[in-house]
Amino acid sequence: MDFIQSHLLTIMMLTPLIGVFFIMLVNHPDQALVNRNVRHVSLLVTMVTFILSLLLWAGFDGSTADFQFVEKYKWFGDGISYYVGVDGISVLFIVLSAFLMPICILASWETIQKRLKEYMIAFLVLETLMIGVFSSLDIFLFYLFFEGGLIPMFLIIGVWGGAERIYASYKFFLYTLLGSVLMLVAMLYMIGEAGTTDIPLLMEYQFDPGVQKLLWLAFFASFAVKMPMWPVHTWLPDAHVQAPTAGSVILAGVLLKMGGYGFLRFSLPMFPDATVEFTWLIFGLSVIAIIYTSLVALVQEDMKKLIAYSSVAHMGFVTIGIFVLNTNGIEGSIFQMLSHGVVSGALFLCVGVVYDRLHTREISRFGGLATNMKKYAILWMIFTMASVGLPGTSGFVGEVLVLFGAYQFSSWLAFGAAFGVILGAAYMLYLTRRLIFGDLTHEETREMKDLSLREYTILLPLAAVVFWMGIYPASFLDPIRVSVDNLIVTHLDPALERAENRDADAAEQIAAHQE
Amino acid sequence: MTNMVPNLMPVMPEIILAVGAMLLLMVGVFRPTKAFSEVSTLSLLLLVITGGVLYFYVGGETQITFGGMFISDSFAVYTKVLILIGSFLSIVMAGPYLKDHMIDRFEFPVLIILATLGMFAMVSANSLMSLYVGLELQSLSLYVLAAFNRDRNRSTESGLKYFVLGALSSGMLLYGISLIYGFTGSVDFDVLALTLEKAGSGHLGLTLGLVFILAGLAFKVSAVPFHMWAPDVYEGAPTPVTSFFATAPKIAALALFVRVMMGPFADMIGEWQQVVIFLSVASMLVGAFVALMQTNIKRLMAYSSIGHVGYALMAIVIGTSAGVEALMVYLVFYLTMTIGTFGAILSMRHSDGMVEDINDLAGLSTNNLPLAISIAIFMFSLAGIPLLAGFFGKYYVFLAVVEAGFVPLAVIGVVTSVVGAFYYLRIIKIMFFDDAAVSFEKMESRSLNWVIGVTALINSPASVFLIAPVAAMAAWAALSFAG
Repeated sequence: MDFIQSHLLTIMMLTPLIGVFFIMLVNHPDQALVNRNVRHVSLLVTMVTFILSLLLWAGFDGSTADFQFVEKYKWFGDGISYYVGVDGISVLFIVLSAFLMPICILASWETIQKRLKEYMIAFLVLETLMIGVFSSLDIFLFYLFFEGGLIPMFLIIGVWGGAERIYASYKFFLYTLLGSVLMLVAMLYMIGEAGTTDIPLLMEYQFDPGVQKLLWLAFFASFAVKMPMWPVHTWLPDAHVQAPTAGSVILAGVLLKMGGYGFLRFSLPMFPDATVEFTWLIFGLSVIAIIYTSLVALVQEDMKKLIAYSSVAHMGFVTIGIFVLNTNGIEGSIFQMLSHGVVSGALFLCVGVVYDRLHTREISRFGGLATNMKKYAILWMIFTMASVGLPGTSGFVGEVLVLFGAYQFSSWLAFGAAFGVILGAAYMLYLTRRLIFGDLTHEETREMKDLSLREYTILLPLAAVVFWMGIYPASFLDPIRVSVDNLIVTHLDPALERAENRDADAAEQIAAHQE
Repeated sequence: MTNMVPNLMPVMPEIILAVGAMLLLMVGVFRPTKAFSEVSTLSLLLLVITGGVLYFYVGGETQITFGGMFISDSFAVYTKVLILIGSFLSIVMAGPYLKDHMIDRFEFPVLIILATLGMFAMVSANSLMSLYVGLELQSLSLYVLAAFNRDRNRSTESGLKYFVLGALSSGMLLYGISLIYGFTGSVDFDVLALTLEKAGSGHLGLTLGLVFILAGLAFKVSAVPFHMWAPDVYEGAPTPVTSFFATAPKIAALALFVRVMMGPFADMIGEWQQVVIFLSVASMLVGAFVALMQTNIKRLMAYSSIGHVGYALMAIVIGTSAGVEALMVYLVFYLTMTIGTFGAILSMRHSDGMVEDINDLAGLSTNNLPLAISIAIFMFSLAGIPLLAGFFGKYYVFLAVVEAGFVPLAVIGVVTSVVGAFYYLRIIKIMFFDDAAVSFEKMESRSLNWVIGVTALINSPASVFLIAPVAAMAAWAALSFAG
């Protein structure tokens, strides 16, 4: 047990790889038998990883901002090491990734028939990489995991995606790569300047404010694409629409969170002065994103595309929350990311359910599902309400905290952000009306069966988590709080002070000049 | 006074190669039957022996002999080992193709050995004379190799083209050497370094000579704008020859580049740096953008290698031992992924002959999954995507460049690498996403599969275990320039 405790993160990263190894060994002339074994192995290892992640959560000490479950081994060159650990900001993202994986495997249980073996391998490798991103404490290691994740996702979209999959996979890959390579150059500069790849040490290093701006912009290029923020969000609707259901779940549930996590892990603590300087940029883009993409979502004919645009709007909330630089805002944005991971994942799964029956995602082909798919309609409503932010669901807590934070910063910002809440309700309810309510006008819709047991078991835990997060958010906020406070006190407050002093000095100088 | 007989110890590998090549020639000529297989095997043995002597007998100490014309140091040993690996694998992979095309003549391995000897001399050159001799020995062997399939127009054309343009570049190099000699009175690297240090580098004639030398060297590494020969020669030459061109001679020429620029002309860095920056940027841009339009996989690899030379030159630009270290790491992985890619190209054929059109790869993943995965690994690695070995090479180069303060250069580098990623991805797309077009006949060759497997493993994410020793060795090689 002690061994597991002290190597928990490494074991979590290795478990899916062990699964990959066994899947590669599965070989038999009977394809059905192979597929069955592959599915079971994948489910088993992802469940084990999930249980391990619960151990991580249970063993996490929320009263300290230090990194926990730390492991460090020297790797190569001068100082690059295998260095992993978690703090309050990252721990729940790992739990989220591990929680969504078994669901993804189950969601692909029957729908994926082509090249199942490779499909599962891609997903398991992706899980390792996701856990790696959130637990790396070495900047080189982080980049390796961050970028490496492109390869399995590229293949998932490209091989198992829809009709326009090639375009979508290229766009996804090249957009993200272009953003990331600029971050790579900034990272190399930091390594040269600070002489270390150690993330905790880099956080303490004070970069020159002028240089910080450039570094910040380079990191911004990467994380803004990943988030995605307006105007570099255009890859997301394509990727989501073309990806298989499980791919969309992981994309929306975890991969988008890497952008927000990156801001919290790198941009804020390492370039606090630049962060203070550039808040206007983030707010501008975020408010545009919230309003513009919500309006775009209103007119979508394709369900997946609608939810994809809603993701961009929700991520706009997250970026506002992060950059108001106060406890409420940052806690709220982390919570919102977790909530969005669960809710948008669930919504994509719901779309997948009806897609499997009718093989279309066009909204007008459906209608009146409440009459013949009652269980489905209830679950859909739950997730819709969570997405809209109804009190009692997970979406509410995150939104309210972010709005509090935004209000503390400026009431105009809160005004802009609150627009998103209204528009969000508009497009989600409009979608629900067209999909669930009304009359059963289409013959083929009438014949659709309600949820199968497998679909039920996938969606129920998600609904349970939605309520848990909405009714008792403390179990999620407690581990986060100390780390967020620490981030604000040690990095952001001094930077804010410096900025104020600078402004005061400038005002004085102007005054002196005028005299 | 110097001895009548120079110290032969540091040149032992070269002597073995030279004598061995002559013996192999005898074996080939005096065998009544076709001697290709025998000579091949013996030449592989010769390369292994040379490697052993190099490693155990010569070692990495700095030794100068032949009156200062020849130097052996850790840098030379390191690059020579890489060259040996490249030559070794090229001979291993050539067998099935040459037999299949009825050109399995024993001259092939002998010519590769002679080219290797020339490259050894280049890497160890310590004077402009020995540099030239080595370069010519290598080049002449390569001209013949390019035209090796002499009954095929494309092959002879490529040989001729390579010869004419190569001769032109040699002429430029020689002209540059004569200018340098005229203005400094010496061809010896050590003397040149001292003279230039004292006299400064302000003289126009010196600069002119340096530029001519640079042009000659740029031709040999196929850096833009001296790259025109590469696509045609790569396409026309028999594929095993192309795979050889893309590896060992490139490494040797880049090493020579380092040797010349950081040895005698270290104090003229102000003059050559801007030229090398231009070569590097132009190569990266041409390598990335022109490759987008290629449909022949050998031409594509030609442009890909031009782009990679751009990255490698970027490491030379900064003119420090950190740059050399980065280059050494880069070359290891460049060697393995290029060899692997050509191994894969050599192992694919369909009813009309070898697969050379990219679109013929369609559906390879359903026909031959292991091969498709290997190629995918090579492509991702060539594109420099993390988790694969190619990224470590790029990381080292970019780190050295950024640390030296050339941030804009690094930005151009990473942006062109994104453009490059596009065409590497295209190959993956064709293999995995498209439906099968033609059926393949796999060339069953154990040695070829073995080469592909090992290089794929080296480039796969397993490279995370490999980078530490490679980095340590590269640091050792770069010690030669630490002073």
